[in-house]
Amino acid sequence: MSSNDDHPNGRSVSRRKALQVLSALPAATLLPSVGMFAGSAFAETPATSAVNTTGLAVTDTDVTVGILHSITGTMAISETGSVEAEKLAIDQINAAGGVLGRKIKYVQEDGASDWPTFAEKAKKLLVNDKCAAVMGCWTSASRKAVLPVFEQYNGILYYPTFYEGLEQSKNVIYTGQEATQQIIAGLDWVNKTKGAKSFYLIGSDYIWPRTSNKIARKHIENHLQGKVVGEEYFPLGHTQFNSVINKIKLTRPDVIYAIVVGGSNVAFYKQLKAAGINLSKQTLLTISVTEDEILGIGGENIAGAFACMKYFQSLDNPNNQKFVAAFKKAYGEKAVIGDVTQAAYLGPWLWKLSVEKAGSFDVDKVVAASPGIEFKDAPEGYVRIHPNHHLWSRTRVGKAQVNGQFEVVYETPDLVEPNPFPKGYQ
Amino acid sequence: MDYSLGDLGSIFVMQAFSGLILFSIFVLMALGLAIIFGQMGVINMAHGEFMILGAYMTYLTSLVFQAYLPSLYPIYFFVAMAVAFLASGALGLFVEWSLIRFLYKRPLDTLLATWGLSLILQQSYRSIFGAREVGVDLPQWMMGSLPVTGSIEVQINGLFVMGLTIVITLAVYLLLYRSAWGKQVRAVMQNRVMAGAVGINTEKTDRYTFGLGCGIAGIAGSAFTMIGSTGPTSGQLYIVDTFLVVVFGGAQSLFGVIASAFTISQTQSTLEFFLSGSMAKVLTLLGVVIILMIRPQGLFTIKVRR
Repeated sequence: MSSNDDHPNGRSVSRRKALQVLSALPAATLLPSVGMFAGSAFAETPATSAVNTTGLAVTDTDVTVGILHSITGTMAISETGSVEAEKLAIDQINAAGGVLGRKIKYVQEDGASDWPTFAEKAKKLLVNDKCAAVMGCWTSASRKAVLPVFEQYNGILYYPTFYEGLEQSKNVIYTGQEATQQIIAGLDWVNKTKGAKSFYLIGSDYIWPRTSNKIARKHIENHLQGKVVGEEYFPLGHTQFNSVINKIKLTRPDVIYAIVVGGSNVAFYKQLKAAGINLSKQTLLTISVTEDEILGIGGENIAGAFACMKYFQSLDNPNNQKFVAAFKKAYGEKAVIGDVTQAAYLGPWLWKLSVEKAGSFDVDKVVAASPGIEFKDAPEGYVRIHPNHHLWSRTRVGKAQVNGQFEVVYETPDLVEPNPFPKGYQ
Repeated sequence: MDYSLGDLGSIFVMQAFSGLILFSIFVLMALGLAIIFGQMGVINMAHGEFMILGAYMTYLTSLVFQAYLPSLYPIYFFVAMAVAFLASGALGLFVEWSLIRFLYKRPLDTLLATWGLSLILQQSYRSIFGAREVGVDLPQWMMGSLPVTGSIEVQINGLFVMGLTIVITLAVYLLLYRSAWGKQVRAVMQNRVMAGAVGINTEKTDRYTFGLGCGIAGIAGSAFTMIGSTGPTSGQLYIVDTFLVVVFGGAQSLFGVIASAFTISQTQSTLEFFLSGSMAKVLTLLGVVIILMIRPQGLFTIKVRR
């Protein structure tokens, strides 16, 4: 993996963040003494006045955070898992003693798959409920809708979805991968192990697949000296793929690179299978199918396809075994965990670690403390927050199995640096 | 890219075949609505949800067969279609009795009422079956494709949908145009007062016509588990295309529905092959809009004195 050398990240950004950390330090060192004067009831619990100087919903015994996802409407399909994971993480943190001696309470709001509703609920969570942090959003559209709210009212959002990049905000921590982290390692892998040179790009017609395919095309043409033999987009919800499947048959690409989402996903894989394209012979690489999607597609329809992301439920490490067991205990034996669900689980934990490092719930101090936060118990393995507010993480390639799980066939040796504004890929 | 002549030939055949599959799917989608909207004039925005009820019934039937009758699993799909027809039809009867019959004189209000109904149904599916999509297993024989020659392959589920469409279309034709009941239905639609005066129970006719349309939607939904997704909002994927086919065809004509499904599917399928997916959709819709501007009543209409 050479992406670290290829895309140096903006140094100015990290320098600015470093200054913020420094400026926050004097305040942080003052806090313990203030706490002693306030006369806290618990030995290790700092006084509320000391850890909350901006009027957040923090009392001597608990702290309120918000959960903002769609539990009704189209996106409920995807966001349900995120809500479950965030609640699980909060329960576990509380069982382990909470944050700065305070139990986490949550207020859950429904974005209802409607972007203005997201913005309105975000404002409610920040202004009325004074949430110390919000875990939420799934689509880029919903994130873009709440972003001005979080910036105006200075909240902090933990956003779990892998997304197209090209964004960085003081008020958002991105716990999913940005596009280059997810795409480049996978393309390199398929080029190296399958000798793939020709690619057929196909996606749903909106910003994430288009931006991702743009990055993929640049990488294929400029770095792999490969060829893109077709690039196609279909309206969201499109259910007829027979024509493009015929085109794929005609062009015989080494790799079908698929970023189809939602209900279309199911139609696409069922029709590929029906058209006699055998995924154990025809390489297909996707970045949009997690274990969650396979529930709808059916394992037998997608077995043999490769997916590239940072987490699979089948990851074999002690953290993940504990996480999967806890998740199934909470939500039933049949529950599946996809990449985004795991990323959503990271949100509350990263927030807790940042709060503890800052010694305060104040958003500015938490933000300042975030870069460099390490979470060693992450189910995906070690992660660290980059000064650009994305996570350093490994990228993995999994092969879909009939039982709906992925078998991990490749993992980057090092953490991949997040690079939301990749040079030479725009 | 250089293709051999043989390659091009077989792609041509397969492309023609995928056009025919799309045609069958459109006809199947639109038949139920052609009865409800075309014959009765009810703008049923919940049509997609009736389809998805059929899909969920197929899902449940497959679970029952897997658990209790594994030996009969290969033929469960036929039972599932019957169950889907009955379930969607029954819901249709209930909806007609509780909602639609009060709105026959206010067609635009049925639009709002059935849209509300579609939201209620979506949320019910979400509460009952969960927000995630469910995967419907197919028996082994219905998957994959038949190799005709080396490079031409025919999809089994495509053939199945085509066969099903022919059967359902014939059945609807016979029911509406060759049976005594069909004569009553057409009489009620053409002149409700006169039909009542000659002794036809118009309320009952309305109810069963609506039920039949919904039942056919259920069968369509059941068949679409082979090619699409089954989730609480999957019905929304079909509703636009369905209305498009019915309106373009001329709402009152069964033949119009078939002709319009054929035109739209072939246009879309061909354009998709030569252009990209989104562009094909745009051009198809543009064509439909232009033709509807010239012929607002659709491709085919029956002559009625107004």
